[in-house]
Amino acid sequence: MTQASLVDERVKKASLITKILRRPEFGAFLGAIAIFILFATTDTTGNFAQLGGISGWTDIAAPIGIIGISVALLMIAGEFDLSTGVLVGTTGLLIGMLVTEFNMNIWLAILCAFIFAGTIGFINGYVVVKTKLPSFIVTLATFFILKGANFAYTKFVTGSVRVTGTDKAEGFDLAEAIFASKFGEANFQIALIWWIGITVIATFVLTRTRFGNWIFAAGGDANAARNAGVPVDKTKIMLFVYTALSAALVGTMFVLRLKGMQAGQGVGQEFYYIIAAAVGGTLLTGGAGSAIGASLGALIMGMAYIGIPYSRWDSDWTATFLGVILFTAVMINTYIGRKAKGGKK
Amino acid sequence: MSKAVNALELKNVGKQFGSVIALQGISIEVAPASVTCVLGDNGAGKSTLIKILSGVHKQSSGEFNVEGKPAVFESPRDALANGIATVFQDLATIPLMSVWRNFFLGNEIRSGFGPFKWLNVSKMKQIAKTELLAMGIDLRDVNQPIGTLSGGERQSVAIARSVYFGAKVLILDEPTSALGVRQSGIVLKYVLAAKDRGVSVVFITHNPHHAYLVGDRFYLLNRGKLLNAFERKNVQLEELTKAMAGGAELETLTHEINVVRSK
Repeated sequence: MTQASLVDERVKKASLITKILRRPEFGAFLGAIAIFILFATTDTTGNFAQLGGISGWTDIAAPIGIIGISVALLMIAGEFDLSTGVLVGTTGLLIGMLVTEFNMNIWLAILCAFIFAGTIGFINGYVVVKTKLPSFIVTLATFFILKGANFAYTKFVTGSVRVTGTDKAEGFDLAEAIFASKFGEANFQIALIWWIGITVIATFVLTRTRFGNWIFAAGGDANAARNAGVPVDKTKIMLFVYTALSAALVGTMFVLRLKGMQAGQGVGQEFYYIIAAAVGGTLLTGGAGSAIGASLGALIMGMAYIGIPYSRWDSDWTATFLGVILFTAVMINTYIGRKAKGGKK
Repeated sequence: MSKAVNALELKNVGKQFGSVIALQGISIEVAPASVTCVLGDNGAGKSTLIKILSGVHKQSSGEFNVEGKPAVFESPRDALANGIATVFQDLATIPLMSVWRNFFLGNEIRSGFGPFKWLNVSKMKQIAKTELLAMGIDLRDVNQPIGTLSGGERQSVAIARSVYFGAKVLILDEPTSALGVRQSGIVLKYVLAAKDRGVSVVFITHNPHHAYLVGDRFYLLNRGKLLNAFERKNVQLEELTKAMAGGAELETLTHEINVVRSK
């Protein structure tokens, strides 16, 4: 067999720059730096780049990041979950009602909420995989079912649209310390630690484990993955369970921190998680993306939420600003992605 | 042919989907370390045959033996566990994943202990590179997305992967149909490289020229039935092409075209 004729002279050695460009979170990294510089320079309080400011925007970013990462992983596997936002409310309300109306120990209530959320995630995943309906529709249905149930059930049990007084529950202090305490002089939320930890673990799982390989394969080409022996359906169902559990984690954090919960909590937030994932370089059609990217996307949103009022802009424009960022980021990510792959499909 | 047990054997196999008869009375023998070509035009039943061999469907009637024993495959995974690997035309690799990840997809090498296991990335990269080189595929960078390789190279990586993971029988579904002349040549070389390593190749194609270059035995499929079978020593390319095109049909067609052209 002749070797020389088989060496393709057109294959260039990938340079370090190409390697960096190939990383899906590269665009979000540049974006985060640009947004930071923008608000650090337009800041009127002198606080944005100080510890106090950082504590503020990471407080906004942490819950978005925690769920955004799980949504990113699910999107890499080629599916959507629109029920994450409302599930934050559902799990928070469930914990609140179990401890206030049924005098349950808060830890037991948290366990119940996680089991409930896991079941919802499993149902989402199972229905998507078995019916082959688009996950967009299936989880949109779950979203509305839960949204209605949140109000109806809360009114039925408590007679109002909110649950209060969860701090009187047995075991509350330890639970609060773990899920909703503050640390440092600048009052950083403990959610920040959870968020960083989850980013590290999710990145490891995605890039360095077999399950991570399966996530990319399931979203890249489900048929080819099945032919290679990847359990695509199981992988997807597990990710639906994961997004639901991460919503339950955030729901737990909110109900402990606010010592209660509104029935409308979390509704509309599902889009923030998807924005974080998309800004972070996750391909909406599946097969590519990263956990760090989603975290950077969440960070950008946190900076915008704090930076806009700090710069004395009208905060009514925050959503508009995020919309422009989403569009620009996805444009740049797509462009970089094409460049890095060398122009072929 | 030697008296060794056939790697695969179909005896009078038929397949029906409801009232549609997809295959009828198919008998095929695949000798060890040989290239068996199954030729047929569109709708001849090639796809159904592949699906039976690879464990996607079960035959409705007849026998399917693997190394002399009846095969009971519930899924492609079972077929794979029995050493029967299938490389599908466009469904073999995942474009956005790197070459080494594609190579090891579904067979990842891991280190660690108990439930804590992680990918042994450096080992997999190294094996992918050396194994591809052994099959004559020289890639500088196994990190590049496999979608950046040409169609022929992608098919070749898929073949090399199956051979490395111990496939005893390799079923290739139209591996050259979407490729140019030079790319097809590359793939055909790997078909022979796989045979040299003791793999039995089932090469499914509608191109008699490609089949004749590598095949040891040829089966012709038409409208769900076995039309003809040839040993390499008993057949010429012209004969194969003619049989494939349906002999009489081709003569009628030639005549008709000549009439049109002469006007």
